Amino acid sequence: MGEETVEFEVDGSKLSVAIQGHGRNILYLSASLWFADDSPFAQRLTAHGRVITPTAPGFGPGVVNRRWNQVDDLAYLYLDLIDRMKLTDVVLVGASFGGWIAAQMAIKSCAAFSSITLIDPLGVKVGDRFTRDIADLYGLPDAELRKRAYVDSTVFETDIKKISDDELSRRIRSREALARYGWSPFMHDPKLLSRLRRISAPTQFIWGAQDQIVTTDYGRVYASHVPGATFRQVENAGHLPQVEQSQAVLDALVSFADAHR
Amino acid sequence: MRIFHFSEEPYPDAWGAERPSLRITLPNELCDPDVAHKLYHRYIDEWVLADELGFDIMLNEHHSTATCLTSSASLILSILARLTKRARLLVLGVPVGNRPDPIRVAEEMSMIDVISKGRLEFGMIKGVPYDIEPANSNAVTLMPRFWEAHDLIIKAMTTTSGPFNFEGDYFHYRNVNIWPRPYQQPRPPIWISTATPANAVEIGERGHVMASFMGGVAETLKLHKAYAQGYQAGGHGTRVPLDRFAYLAMSGVALDEAEGRRRCDLIADYLRTNARVADPFNKPPGYFSVDAAMRSARSTNPAAFRTLMTPKGRPVELSTASLDDFIECGIAFAGTPDQVFNQICAFTDGIGGLGNLLLMAQGGHLGPEDTADSMRLFATEVMPRLRNRQEQAQFFDAA
Repeated sequence: MGEETVEFEVDGSKLSVAIQGHGRNILYLSASLWFADDSPFAQRLTAHGRVITPTAPGFGPGVVNRRWNQVDDLAYLYLDLIDRMKLTDVVLVGASFGGWIAAQMAIKSCAAFSSITLIDPLGVKVGDRFTRDIADLYGLPDAELRKRAYVDSTVFETDIKKISDDELSRRIRSREALARYGWSPFMHDPKLLSRLRRISAPTQFIWGAQDQIVTTDYGRVYASHVPGATFRQVENAGHLPQVEQSQAVLDALVSFADAHR
Repeated sequence: MRIFHFSEEPYPDAWGAERPSLRITLPNELCDPDVAHKLYHRYIDEWVLADELGFDIMLNEHHSTATCLTSSASLILSILARLTKRARLLVLGVPVGNRPDPIRVAEEMSMIDVISKGRLEFGMIKGVPYDIEPANSNAVTLMPRFWEAHDLIIKAMTTTSGPFNFEGDYFHYRNVNIWPRPYQQPRPPIWISTATPANAVEIGERGHVMASFMGGVAETLKLHKAYAQGYQAGGHGTRVPLDRFAYLAMSGVALDEAEGRRRCDLIADYLRTNARVADPFNKPPGYFSVDAAMRSARSTNPAAFRTLMTPKGRPVELSTASLDDFIECGIAFAGTPDQVFNQICAFTDGIGGLGNLLLMAQGGHLGPEDTADSMRLFATEVMPRLRNRQEQAQFFDAA
């Protein structure tokens, strides 16, 4: 319904951006995990604004600069995107890996954002050096990974016969691209936690109460470093509350965005 | 033809069937240091015997595994550099894309070359999928990192005029100036192993020795043709000397056919256990291309280690294959000396000749007496005939 795709080329990487809906700008940075599909949630968001959903270079079939290997490459790319599209008063939403990118953008500049919602974001280190804060995504068998990610893992199709070629290649590319940007230090930037002090836009954290990829304890420490941030726990949801409890997340997101226009 | 004796220095006491993974997750409390001590001495003795019998020597390294006690090839190489007299010393290889410090690699290899008086054959490898995790290396950027390390190591080994600067995508040094420089000038021969035609072309362009492991006639021939393409494109000429090619296979020999086969069957446990890796460490992200990963996910047996085709087109899954399957595929040579000679000739004729035969003459559960006897028979009964035969053809004909 009125979906438009825009493509940018920056520093040898191609960025594909889907735009759909009308009203305020909502920049949705998806979870980008091979064991999740949160595109239906992005679709639901279009009832509440003009939803802008980029597919990060490497996660789609487009070309990626071989030297890109940090989340900052994507944070700067999306700040470029905001400049090029002349976006203002943006509702910035990021989930999981997308939440990490959103945080890396926000510490650089919040000028374009009216509010920020982070849903179970990755990206910081809170425990000691022997503690694995973030589940070892590449060390867990698929079934165990799904068990940790979902309260009800049957919501995610795993029967290879029922998975289209497009979806299969999306999963394989996501698994690879996520490693490109987050292999080591594993899915975090050691300096991000202390830099969260720079976030000046109103920020809320939404967290699945049963998340076993990054727990609510991790989330609360994360949130405590963002000035004035609120923390909302969503019951009966794992790492992807926007998939498992999409209405509750949608309500929380929209009311927070409305309160901070 | 050069013939190399190879062992992975296995620790088979920990290979019990109840252990689903022999790599990465296997606790080292299962490694009795005294047993390991005796095994190291035994395998080193076998390499020394290889030196005496006229074999050349090959070793490799793997990590976090009971399948291979050589976690540092440099250490065993340095011992052999001192203990052996004549054999070429092939490391195949050093996983230079997984090592954080390529200059350290250049230093160690130069030391070994000098200690051995110029007997080093220096292999650089990409490394198997399950060696990614122990190194915590990012497989997405493995190949560009591999080639950058390759270039830097060669530059370090061949620069004699004092320090140079290196600031690449992955490695940074301001004053590279290794001591000692290699014994062989300007540097030891470089080997690279591969299983894909695309890599074979790149190796050919550089003119290095290319090794392939247990691929059978059809796959090996594809690699050699791809190499020849790269060799020509790299300006090395249209005729590839056979000494640019190496092939690894298993071998068990005895005067009695059944005994030779039994020996090789014990070695073949190496291949049968190779796939025992905790999921998902056998598929690190980015190690395989998107297309290859798609094919694997869609295949009837995505967990299969490797499937080969026999010359007659029958698929053979390596983790469950019989000795006859291995022989048919050209990855095992077993039986009496005559039979082994004929099997090797059939294989090398099928691929248009071979300069370097890498023999896993010890592997799996094969004990020391059987290993030594098999090696002696190979050296006295098979090796001279192979060498005489190879004197005819010295070049690979890509047509």
